Amino acid sequence: MAHIVGGIGSTHVPAIGGAIAKGLQQDPYWKPFFDGFHNARQWLAQAKPDVAVVFYNDHGLNFFLDKMPTFAVGAAKQYRHEDEGWGIGFKHPYTGDPELSWHLIENLVGNDFDVTTCQEMLVDHAFTIPLALLWPEDKSPPVRTVPIMINTVQHPLPSPARCFKLGQAVGRAIESYKPDAKVLVLGTGGLSHQLDGKRAGFINKEFDLQCLNDLVNAPDALTKYSVIDIVEKAGTQGIEILNWIAMRGALTGDVSKIHSNYHIPISNTASALLVLNNQPREIAYRKAS
Amino acid sequence: MEPHAIPGTSIFDGALAQKGYALNRMCFSFNSAENRKAFLANEEGYCAKYNLTREQRDAVKRRNVLDMLAAGGNVYYLAKLAGIFGLNVQDLGAQQTGMTVEAFKEHLREAGR
Repeated sequence: MAHIVGGIGSTHVPAIGGAIAKGLQQDPYWKPFFDGFHNARQWLAQAKPDVAVVFYNDHGLNFFLDKMPTFAVGAAKQYRHEDEGWGIGFKHPYTGDPELSWHLIENLVGNDFDVTTCQEMLVDHAFTIPLALLWPEDKSPPVRTVPIMINTVQHPLPSPARCFKLGQAVGRAIESYKPDAKVLVLGTGGLSHQLDGKRAGFINKEFDLQCLNDLVNAPDALTKYSVIDIVEKAGTQGIEILNWIAMRGALTGDVSKIHSNYHIPISNTASALLVLNNQPREIAYRKAS
Repeated sequence: MEPHAIPGTSIFDGALAQKGYALNRMCFSFNSAENRKAFLANEEGYCAKYNLTREQRDAVKRRNVLDMLAAGGNVYYLAKLAGIFGLNVQDLGAQQTGMTVEAFKEHLREAGR
């Protein structure tokens, strides 16, 4: 049977891709950010996931405003990153897992999440950057991947409560998957930032730290907010925390914090990393008995 | 108070998505390096090809981000246009808040203290 080894939340600021391309990991501006990933990689080396299910938002690479799904699940054998307008692209492909994708799709639609299914899908920096931070070798990461896109671009957006339930449905679906697979769940983006308007540059450290805490111990607290509440507290793009909330929803076992890092600013963003261990309850029971 | 009334902030909803469609569609085309080159070679012609409204055209001509937003531009798409001019999101932030780029960066650092 498949089981979920844990969840990771990570910022996905495009400038990180530029810093990786230029090898700026030890530069004083970037070091406090990149150093945060050492512990995450250590934990990954031990957890050894086979698959990463990635909740992220597309910024106008695969999806345009002509057709904008609220939730879309990748079901491709392979995913590629392409030029998003700045000429930076991770050139290696990402291996898919169509069998798991279709299992998730069957279960999600069976549970009233009417997702868009994508047998072809380009993945943008919101997918590629967290993977490049977790597996920094300049090649395809050593995991199969399933991208799940949440619309955070064009309102109305799905509510935090709905995204949490989506995550829960994904978590249950993974744990009902027959093949053996260790699954890592990622949520990318955020935390607080606002790129547009006279309030551009808005960052809310107090709210972010509260969210990082709630994501570990009290995720229900985050589901009480409306989308507009979060935009007000975290900025227009801070709403990307919806991806983290979905990630947390998927962790259905006993959750404990392995590591976190929080650093302001990376580009215009309060950057954050959160690594959560998930101990599936059934496995804990089996080990104990 | 309307639910949308957050100071200095607009919500990119159906109304703005309709209003800004032509501008955002043009910006989406800048995912292609060839299209970015074509825009630089003939900005007027390129904007005309994408049927920008007069308001959108003027805002692009003046490189004015707040006016592009008012004309329905979405910042995720406008970032692709800004890239053509070599502007990053600190440059955009500085312009929108009326700060120098250095003051804007300091404002960001300040948020971390």
